[in-house]
Amino acid sequence: MLTILLDGIAYGMLLFVLSCGLSVTLGLMNFINLAHGAFAMVGGYVTALLMNRAGVPFLVTLPLAFFVPAALGVVLERTLYRRLYGASPLDQVLFTIGLVLMAMPIANYFLGDQAQQVHLPTWLSGRIEFHGVGIGIYRLFIIGVCGVIAAALQIFLVKTRFGARLRAAVDDPRVASGLGINVDLLFAITFAVGSGLAGLGGALAADVVGGIDPSFPLKFMVTFLIVVTIGGSNGILGALVGSLLLGVLDVAGKYYVPSIGAFIIYLVMVVTLILRPQGLFARTDAR
Amino acid sequence: MTAPARSENPTRLAAHLRRRARWRWPEILFWLAIAVAIFAVPSRAALFNEILIAGLFALSLDLILGLTGVVSLGHAAFFGLGAYTAAILSSEGIADPTLGLVLSSLIAAALGLATAPLLLRGADLTRLMVTMGIALMLGELANRNSWLTGGADGLNIEMAPVLGLFPIGFTGQRNAALYSFVVLFLLFALARRLAQSPFGLSLLAIRENRLRAGALGISTPRRIIAIYALAAGYAGAAGALLAQTTQIVSLDLFDFHRSADVLLMLIIGGAGYLYGGIIGAAIFIVLRDVISGATPEYWEFWIGALLVVLVLVGRERFAERVRRLLDRLKRPAAWEEAA
Repeated sequence: MLTILLDGIAYGMLLFVLSCGLSVTLGLMNFINLAHGAFAMVGGYVTALLMNRAGVPFLVTLPLAFFVPAALGVVLERTLYRRLYGASPLDQVLFTIGLVLMAMPIANYFLGDQAQQVHLPTWLSGRIEFHGVGIGIYRLFIIGVCGVIAAALQIFLVKTRFGARLRAAVDDPRVASGLGINVDLLFAITFAVGSGLAGLGGALAADVVGGIDPSFPLKFMVTFLIVVTIGGSNGILGALVGSLLLGVLDVAGKYYVPSIGAFIIYLVMVVTLILRPQGLFARTDAR
Repeated sequence: MTAPARSENPTRLAAHLRRRARWRWPEILFWLAIAVAIFAVPSRAALFNEILIAGLFALSLDLILGLTGVVSLGHAAFFGLGAYTAAILSSEGIADPTLGLVLSSLIAAALGLATAPLLLRGADLTRLMVTMGIALMLGELANRNSWLTGGADGLNIEMAPVLGLFPIGFTGQRNAALYSFVVLFLLFALARRLAQSPFGLSLLAIRENRLRAGALGISTPRRIIAIYALAAGYAGAAGALLAQTTQIVSLDLFDFHRSADVLLMLIIGGAGYLYGGIIGAAIFIVLRDVISGATPEYWEFWIGALLVVLVLVGRERFAERVRRLLDRLKRPAAWEEAA
């Protein structure tokens, strides 16, 4: 019972790191980025390839799994995404689906459709017993890393000057730039951090989901979107609660009532949206 | 001074509506060309059939997206429901295609009617998510209730000949294409009539500005529910056609990519003028056929690139240009009138 809860929390934390970048672009910048999973895939590939082909230790690959997708994110944001900030949701959806459809064959072309496995170092695999509750060490590792990231992000957004500027830029880009805030730069940095976190999430998730393969962006796109829509647009907190809820429900649902499978998370999403169309933690202002 | 204008306006309006409703010769040619193509190239009948069915599916999405401005990422829910209903009906002994078609689209329409109220609240994003969630839920239900749906194996079905005369299926692929063609044409004519009617105009008003449409006295929630149910019925009919003519149904009918593909078709063809879905379906499927013939596995890349370019260039501008071209084709006399 407690094992399931902890597994659920670990899965939820993973979902959080994967999707918090999306919740930032979607919730703060009002941009529907369905291609978010593609950045996660890039991160996963970076870790898997570095470990398998160059023999780089797992922990060393993680920062790279953050920075490579972040750099890619900046390039794409500057060249393509920024043109669509004001566009209709439908245009954004179409554009980013287009990017996903392009990303998958590119990955397939260069890396093949075999799943790239991430082999965990021995000190991270295995389980420990704690008061009769067994839990995988890697699960604990995920909970720890993701918890630190969540806390850091929350402090970053709420306490720092950068966070205040970002919130100002989101609330009213024109006034913010009139006050001397470089809105373009802010959005580019935010987008890069979001993409980088997706990549880190992809790298951490590679072992849990059984390797990274070219269909990753599409397979998990739906999950990310569910997390973000359940959580609502209120930045980090919504995404955290949404991911934890989804993670625990998904793991528990698959364990206790396997006959309905993934049905439960879709049901949770639809019910949430019927009761609260803006998600659990909506921003209070009308924008 | 206002009195004559008042009495004149309704008649002018009526005349305008009648003029809009008339079938133009390019349209007649369009339909004739499809019919001729089916007879002329019987070896590609299966491809034509696929295009016609996808065209009907995209037409149904056009009713809600193009006419009414309601976005959906889960239209496959109704497509899949229609297909499975047709398949289950036939395995339960109701093998008559037309009866199965009608029942399937009615059931899909009922689901549309039941789920439409969920679309009235929230923003576009909420609607995208709710529709997608419903499609995924149905797919999961079909997956889990394998006693009814065959689960991951799908269902193989046998159909009786259409109207007791024309066998469809593997040996009668031309008949199947013709069957789809007739169904598509009839449903298209109905949709066209509807779009020209005051009801259709009120949908356009809702698309342009829902708040203002409400202020004009249009009951927007009811109209949205009505058109959504109708579109669901159309999608159900398309699904039923696919099930009956290919004689197989499988779980991928509910997949996300079905909903995305149909959206792409409609966007490629241009939303809002009813022909867009059919044209887009033809372009999409022919492209897929050609590209995947040359480089299988990678054809998605080109579709994705096409989408990205389409959005960056400006979907609206693109569609506008095509529409202007069509208008010019429709009314060669328009310049002379203006001159």
